[in-house]
Amino acid sequence: MASAPSKLYQDDVSLVVALLDTNPFFWAAASLPFSEFLHHVIPFINSLLLLNQLNRVVLIATGTSSCGYIFDSGDGNASGNSNAVCSGIIKKLEDFVGKDSKIGKGSNGDGTRPAISSLLSGSLSLALCYIQRIFRSGTRHPQPRILCLQGSPDGPEQYVAVMNSIFSAQRLMIPIDSCIVGAQHSAFLQQASYITGGVYLKPQQLDGLFQFLAAVFATDLHSRNFLRLPKPAGVDLRASCFCHKKTIDMGYVCSVCLSIFCKYHKKCSTCGSEFNQVAPDSTIPDQKH
Amino acid sequence: MELLIELSQVIIDRRPRKRQRLGWDVWPENPMKLQDVDGYIISDFSLTTNRTEQWFCVLLVPARAPQQIGFLYPDSGIAIRRSCKPFRVPTNSTQRSLSLIPATRIRTIGTEVQKLTGASSILPPSPSLPLRVEVPFIYLFLYLSSLHSDPKQNLIRYKLFLSGGRLEVGFDKNGGNKRRYKNEERFVFVPNDPRSLMKLNVEFKNIKGHKFSKDGSKQALLNLTQDPEKGTGYIFEFDNFTDRNSCRDFVGRVLGKLQSVPGRPNEQSVPEKSAGAPLPEQLSAVEMERRIKLLREDSELLRLHKQFVLSGVLTESEFWATRKTLLGEDTTRMTKQRPGFKSAMLADVRPSADGRTNKVTFSLTPEIIQQIFAEKPAVHRAFLNLVPSKMSEKDFWTKYCRAEYLNRTRNAVVAGAEAAEDEELAVFLKHDDILANEARRKIRRVDPTLDMEADEGDDYIHLPDHGILRDAQKDTAETETEVSRRTLSQDLNRHAAVVLEGRALDVELGDTRTVAEALAWSKQELLSKEKSEENVNLEKQEKVARMTELEDLQAPRNPQYASLCIKDPREYFDSQQANALRALGGTEFGTNSLDLNLSKEEVYRHLKEQISEAKSRGLRNPIIRPDTALKVFSGLSQHLSSTRFQLGKNSQESALDRIPHRTKDDLMHHWTSIQELLRHFWSSYPITTAGLYNKVQRVKDAMGQIYQKLQEIKESSQSDFRHQVSLLVQPMLQALDAAFAHYDSEQQKRTAKSGAKPNGYVR
Repeated sequence: MASAPSKLYQDDVSLVVALLDTNPFFWAAASLPFSEFLHHVIPFINSLLLLNQLNRVVLIATGTSSCGYIFDSGDGNASGNSNAVCSGIIKKLEDFVGKDSKIGKGSNGDGTRPAISSLLSGSLSLALCYIQRIFRSGTRHPQPRILCLQGSPDGPEQYVAVMNSIFSAQRLMIPIDSCIVGAQHSAFLQQASYITGGVYLKPQQLDGLFQFLAAVFATDLHSRNFLRLPKPAGVDLRASCFCHKKTIDMGYVCSVCLSIFCKYHKKCSTCGSEFNQVAPDSTIPDQKH
Repeated sequence: MELLIELSQVIIDRRPRKRQRLGWDVWPENPMKLQDVDGYIISDFSLTTNRTEQWFCVLLVPARAPQQIGFLYPDSGIAIRRSCKPFRVPTNSTQRSLSLIPATRIRTIGTEVQKLTGASSILPPSPSLPLRVEVPFIYLFLYLSSLHSDPKQNLIRYKLFLSGGRLEVGFDKNGGNKRRYKNEERFVFVPNDPRSLMKLNVEFKNIKGHKFSKDGSKQALLNLTQDPEKGTGYIFEFDNFTDRNSCRDFVGRVLGKLQSVPGRPNEQSVPEKSAGAPLPEQLSAVEMERRIKLLREDSELLRLHKQFVLSGVLTESEFWATRKTLLGEDTTRMTKQRPGFKSAMLADVRPSADGRTNKVTFSLTPEIIQQIFAEKPAVHRAFLNLVPSKMSEKDFWTKYCRAEYLNRTRNAVVAGAEAAEDEELAVFLKHDDILANEARRKIRRVDPTLDMEADEGDDYIHLPDHGILRDAQKDTAETETEVSRRTLSQDLNRHAAVVLEGRALDVELGDTRTVAEALAWSKQELLSKEKSEENVNLEKQEKVARMTELEDLQAPRNPQYASLCIKDPREYFDSQQANALRALGGTEFGTNSLDLNLSKEEVYRHLKEQISEAKSRGLRNPIIRPDTALKVFSGLSQHLSSTRFQLGKNSQESALDRIPHRTKDDLMHHWTSIQELLRHFWSSYPITTAGLYNKVQRVKDAMGQIYQKLQEIKESSQSDFRHQVSLLVQPMLQALDAAFAHYDSEQQKRTAKSGAKPNGYVR
């Protein structure tokens, strides 16, 4: 695959791809109603566009069964006053939620336990693809960043996909900012922001969400060099074993899938590989810090 | 008109042209002069040692002439052989060459030395008392040689004032008659003052050559070189030229006689030292030199040496005992840095012509010769073939210079005629076939995929108004003779190649023959290595095939690996989530906090209602209540300022970079000191001798002092950095504590074991 041609950035122009969590299960129980949430987010998008005439904002909805582009300020028809932007976004959202619910019905109509986590990996991939497209069009690029407005808890089954997206973003030097509007922290986004050099924030006061967004996430990447933004307290990169979820310093690592165990197993529970080595002493314990 | 070419000197000047750098690698030439000035001098000096086996030079400066104080430098008969260059100056007519240092100057020198060495008092208590300076020998030498490295400093001109002496080289001047010294095998210098250390008794077989100043020049000098490569030897200054000349003739005869006999291996002669100062540790001069050199090259080592050896914590021998590898002969020789060839072209030896006659003079130095050998293999080969079997070295170079001159003047006709006449000369005039072969070989090794056309446009030579100016005339490529087809760009390329190859030889400059042979040998080695690389050819062809392959025409390569099959990726997440969320201090985790009782239809309906509500309401004004915004804003600021000093927020930034420079330097220095002391401390156990016991005592005391200093640093540091400093100091203190604990327990064991006084217990 030919990599993207050498990037020439315009250092004061931003391309912000915002991922909007539209998980209905989350919003049904959330302390902040979705309409309120939109009242904070849409003005924020407008203000991003006001900061620089050339700024570009893309909104991607993260549903439980699908993801989709909601808004692209680069579209010719999206231009207009803020009210037009607002109504455009809401209309697209309506369509999207309707489609999403239908897809969900189709696949999960038999009343089994529904998938309740949002497809973060999907929307991250969409965002990265969009940024790649921008990179490959034109000669001078805006500086891209991804902003995740996440509420619902992480979906463990997406682990590999999400981590792959994060590493792709790291390679492309795209920071992933995270703003958690739910009750819980997100391990995924915490890692994503840590690895890509973005900002991770979980506002305590959700009725001031717009203020948080404007104060922390609005500045372009160049200006961030001069600002003191909230720093993560540090990600605990220690490993814990797959069998008991205990943090361990020393353990056994599957040579195929890198799963970690605190005890010797004959068979890897994650990937099913069988270990020939009989004596547990002869396996080299992997030291992790 | 006749063209005369003459080499400027009878003997090719073997000295490097100019000693520009008097740095670590060059021993200062002629550091001291020794003069005798009767009537002025009562100065005396001696080498003594103190209890720590440290060498001291005691300087006594006359009280009689307080304005004119001599500065003394110890005779190197004991330690520094190379600096031993005694002069003998006639007693009465020396006023002009006598340079006395006024007392003020001595004062500056004194403070300089004091600064450098930390010697206690160096100034005379009163002008009437003799000045007695005790300066550690090594530092005095370091100081003096450092002065020498700075040519702008006038301080170099102080001289040694010793009582007069007498040089006996085969004849006794005082006798009036030129009496032959019976024994022609040695020369003796006897100072008039019997107390002086400057006695010489050197065998002639150690003398390699002699040089002398021209008649009528300022001083009548005779230089007996001991080792031409190092420039050591003895320089004598005579009253007049007749004395010098008779002496010179004698020396020349003796040397001629000796050198016709196959010389015995060069024994290192050390001038006899007086039976004065008794020395506890007999160091050879070489050993001492090596130590001094090491100290000069390594400031860190010098600092440690100053700190511990001078203060008496460690003795000289103890200090060096742990650094035997540094002192090892091989390492010092191997790691010696050699300067490379100059990047300036000296491929052409510039002739200097004096205006009056038609003489053109070329001067060659060993460096130039080595470079000529490296750059012009044909000359090198010719030298090996012709010298000394067919012609002398001088003749050879004369011929070379002649050829160069012809080339330079571009007198093609004359050159052709000369070449036809003289086949040796033709060697220099002909096109260098070795170079041509080498070029062909190199061309064969060029990567065939190289695109030569790519920089064709860079060739400006053939464009009008472009070209290379050489000696103010255009160097055009089209001249008829073969000789001048050697263009400047070829020369430049060749020169660049030689410079890049570097000086592969580990031969001291000097004897041209050995240099030439060593070069030939190293070249052969290189060639044989290249031959063995012939097999590389196949590899190269493969590479070409690979390079010329068109990617589009190849079948798609399928990955050879099996795809990873993972049963349940959830496990990866779970194992990490626990840690990640624990770190954030969240309350409750897991996916079950969502209300699963709601049906899908319900939640979707709710979401749609919310969206339509937002749609109907439109944008609100204001977006956010001002007081809420203020609250959020101040909360954010507070949070940010509270995490400002948090450690580890930036992994790239080392904690050391954030503390002030002074503290950092202090800490680093203490750390090296502690390492040194601990090494000595632990290596002293088990204590078997009284000496070791004393050493442990001394080292322990020194460690205690450093412990105090560390505590002070910790306490005096600013509050912002105190935490970091204490983190840094912690391991040092721990290491020291461990040593102290060991010391205490050993001490208890000793007293418990043998009651009152154990073996070797010395107080």
